[in-house]
Amino acid sequence: MAAWCSPTGKTDGHTPVTYSTADLLQRPGGDPTPRLVVTQRTSGDSAFRGISMAAGIFVFVILALIGIFLAIQAWPAFHYMGLRFFTTPEWVPQPQHGHPAEIGIAVAAVGTLIIALIALVIAVPVSISSALFISEYAPRTLFGVIPFKSLLTSVVDLMAAVPSIIYGLWGFLVLEPHMVGISRWISDHLSFIPIFKVAPGTSVFTGSSFIAGVLVAIMVLPIVTSICRELFSLTPLAEREAALALGASRARVIRDVVFPFSKGGMVGAIMLGLGRALGEAIAVSIIISLSFVHNFRILSSGANSVAALIANLFGSGGKLGLSGLLAAGLVLFIFTLGVNTVASVIVSRTRVRPS
Amino acid sequence: MTTTATRSVPEASEPTPPDGPRKPPERKRIRPRDFKPSDTALVGITVLSAVCAVWIIFDQLTLLSGVFGFIVVTAVVFLVLYYVLNRQLFGRRVAADRATGALVTMGVMCMIAPLVLLVGYLFVKGLHLLSWHLLTSTQNKVLESCPAGQTCVQPGVFHAIVGTAEQVGFAVLIGVPLGILTAIFLNEIGGRFAQPVRVVVTAMSGLPAIVAGIFIYSIVVIHFGFSGFAGGLALAVLLLPTVTRGTEEVLKIVPNDLREASSALGAPQWRTVWSVVLPTARSGILTAVLLGIAVAIGETAPLLFTVFGSKVTNWNLFNGPQASLPLLIYTSVKSSQSSDVALGYTAALVLFLMVFTVFILARILGSPWLGRTVRSRSNQRMANAAARGVGGGPVN
Repeated sequence: MAAWCSPTGKTDGHTPVTYSTADLLQRPGGDPTPRLVVTQRTSGDSAFRGISMAAGIFVFVILALIGIFLAIQAWPAFHYMGLRFFTTPEWVPQPQHGHPAEIGIAVAAVGTLIIALIALVIAVPVSISSALFISEYAPRTLFGVIPFKSLLTSVVDLMAAVPSIIYGLWGFLVLEPHMVGISRWISDHLSFIPIFKVAPGTSVFTGSSFIAGVLVAIMVLPIVTSICRELFSLTPLAEREAALALGASRARVIRDVVFPFSKGGMVGAIMLGLGRALGEAIAVSIIISLSFVHNFRILSSGANSVAALIANLFGSGGKLGLSGLLAAGLVLFIFTLGVNTVASVIVSRTRVRPS
Repeated sequence: MTTTATRSVPEASEPTPPDGPRKPPERKRIRPRDFKPSDTALVGITVLSAVCAVWIIFDQLTLLSGVFGFIVVTAVVFLVLYYVLNRQLFGRRVAADRATGALVTMGVMCMIAPLVLLVGYLFVKGLHLLSWHLLTSTQNKVLESCPAGQTCVQPGVFHAIVGTAEQVGFAVLIGVPLGILTAIFLNEIGGRFAQPVRVVVTAMSGLPAIVAGIFIYSIVVIHFGFSGFAGGLALAVLLLPTVTRGTEEVLKIVPNDLREASSALGAPQWRTVWSVVLPTARSGILTAVLLGIAVAIGETAPLLFTVFGSKVTNWNLFNGPQASLPLLIYTSVKSSQSSDVALGYTAALVLFLMVFTVFILARILGSPWLGRTVRSRSNQRMANAAARGVGGGPVN
């Protein structure tokens, strides 16, 4: 021990000196406050931190810009229609036959919700059971060589990566002709349920909310599945094994361990799916025949959705029409933003739970 | 989930009397997971009887039609039969477990079926038109309707491929550096702003693609007109959160020891990030970027109002409308001419193959075998992390 590090500065060189932590932290003058650790950043570091932070803040700015610019462009429509923008069903951006121009998203907003709900009703059970299969039932390998589990996971991811236009093309040319028969069957046999009723004598079943909903369900499936699968695989091993040791079958493990642990996350996953279903434009706009009358008969032709409205009517309807579409976009933006933010908070809360 | 614990259904076993050792009572072990050949036969028989039963009801009694309805009803009947049979043979617990197993298996089949049908359909309808000619020619000559009795010039998708490549390339050029820098900010620097930025990035990853399109329309296209540049910007807005979230997940699992070791050697932070953190996370970041590109290639909605579409090759990214593959498919589907629809199929096949290639590339770069042979073992973890971040990726 060198003399300079003794608390008193005095040592005879033979007696071992012991130091407490407090001694070591003490400054030479006997001041008990710990010494300050000063980080001296190089200029390179300052630049690096500045650039990264600028990038982070730029992302912030982009989102703000989206809101601001859409609001600016949408202002004429809001100004012209006022709050009636949300309650007007028609979309007549230019005066016709003496009627003043009227635009509103009442039908589109309700239609968006209808399609999204149909999609979720179909997608959620299928997604959850697929996720359960992948995480609980699927063997790791098939015949000892095929990595079955990771293959299934990849297939789910691939489904999420397939462009929506391809789903739209397939849905329009293949799914719709096949779905018409099912629609007719449902309307014939299940019409005692009000939503499955169609107007008497209806023969056209194409372009309905139901078919669009089925297609959107197919597109939502991989998203909900992959999040749910991850949540299920996060179930603590100890609880699983405890249940198994008590003699539970896999079905019981799922019911009593996996589900209770991932309940919150599943709600989040479903909401993320809802976010996607609400914003889907292309596939829906290919399928539906746009109508501006409230249509709660989901099987009969005629549907509407905000995103599809924008995709279909862009470039028509002059200044007010454009402004109205941007206003509709703003509404969609704010709504999906809310849904997605809440959903991601829920999912991430489930994710970080210690296992 | 893997467990070596032997499971058996506990049954009421009479307590062993204290006097003298006695042979423990024989306990019948029931393991629902044991799947013997006879069980496979059981599944087969059940399927067969379900199909027959439904056929009788469906075809003979109620005169219903449609493949889809048949399959659905068969599935339900199968499930009921399977449960009842297993209950008779093995008891309630096994029956419940097996029925659940059958149910989730059906779920995964329901999920995979659309993909298989879709890809099969694309190949059947699109493959015969796929040729070198298609990939190298444009729709230019097809503008004039060809006189009767003459063979028309087959349209191609070259112009659309050029457009898509340029727009996606431009989006990558903007979105990827920004995304990686943002991820570095979130994970390496942090601070007061990190949490709000993280929330914003997450919120952006749910941004409907069409909103990105009209946003770029309202700030760029209104002033400068349609161009590939605007389309690239819109794609960059969609690419950014994908890359950021994927990269952040990857950076999170870079071991902190590496950073500390680098700092202990006296490296400034930028040096640590540049020479230690980023190289460690390279494969994961690459996976994130490639998955982002795979999504960006297929976006249609943002291009509708930004690149507008064109029938001729426009090499200039910054001037005039450009074509793009997804947009070409969109207009083809909306068109009523059968030749257009045929071109749409083939374009969709080309687009799918492009997406698929990028996707497979992303998987391979993070796969365990490549990890063993080429790079470190952490590749798989990195790729998984990247995929996790991308999981709730951008929305259409």
